[in-house]
Amino acid sequence: MSTGRKSVVLLPCSGIGKVYGAVARETAYEVVERVRPGVTALTCLPLLVVEDAEALSLVKGNPVIAIDGCQKECANKSLEAHGVQAARHLHAIDFYKSHKDLKPEGVAELNETGRRLAALAAEEIASLVDECLAKGGAPC
Amino acid sequence: MLNIAVMKVGVVSCSGEELPGGTVSRLACRQVLDGLRPHETVTICLPLFIAGGEEERRFAATFPTITVDGCEKRCAQRGTEKLSGKPAKSLVVTEILAQRGLALPTRRRNLDEGDRAGVLAVAEEIAKAVDEVLGS
Repeated sequence: MSTGRKSVVLLPCSGIGKVYGAVARETAYEVVERVRPGVTALTCLPLLVVEDAEALSLVKGNPVIAIDGCQKECANKSLEAHGVQAARHLHAIDFYKSHKDLKPEGVAELNETGRRLAALAAEEIASLVDECLAKGGAPC
Repeated sequence: MLNIAVMKVGVVSCSGEELPGGTVSRLACRQVLDGLRPHETVTICLPLFIAGGEEERRFAATFPTITVDGCEKRCAQRGTEKLSGKPAKSLVVTEILAQRGLALPTRRRNLDEGDRAGVLAVAEEIAKAVDEVLGS
């Protein structure tokens, strides 16, 4: 999980009930696995719920981009509960508002349109990752 | 007026994003909620125990709850116990797959047909646990 050097942590919603939770998760996977591999990391949001020491160290020691799937904002609130301020707090529904031609569907798994939306969103998030890395962990 | 209480079982998935077991947990829980036991189950997102209000934190007190974890860290079980109430049953994906002689997927997304056999096995165990909770 932690590489010891500064990376950007993606913390998506862990929801299993809404489509934008699935969009948040797929977008995070796209960033970490395809768009910015090697300089980004992913951690399980439930690890913060149980105050896992390694996960807490990761989010306290690196800039975090939180991606929430609904107005409950679990990802960002879970960070705040541990005294961590997200470097960026994003809402997955905003990805769709910027790309109205890509309406996502599916909860457990996204349809093809939803996956295309996540891929596009990940490419846009890449610039935020770069910005965070350029500032070396300072607020970005 | 006739008042019929319909008992439902709560299913809480770890849904961990970092590990394939979290993906299996999430997909298996959705199979139960949407297909295998749609009228007998409800769910809640685990992080809502922190981010939500009193109503969310009463979940395990309101519904007999089955937690489904993707790995031995057992976040769903521990989080539910700590923030909501003691689960009626606690399942772990890796243990179920080992019992069935199935391999844990190596991917976190885009599971193949072989991986989906594992998801179905876990879903069947969850459905069985739901029946046991309702029958007890």
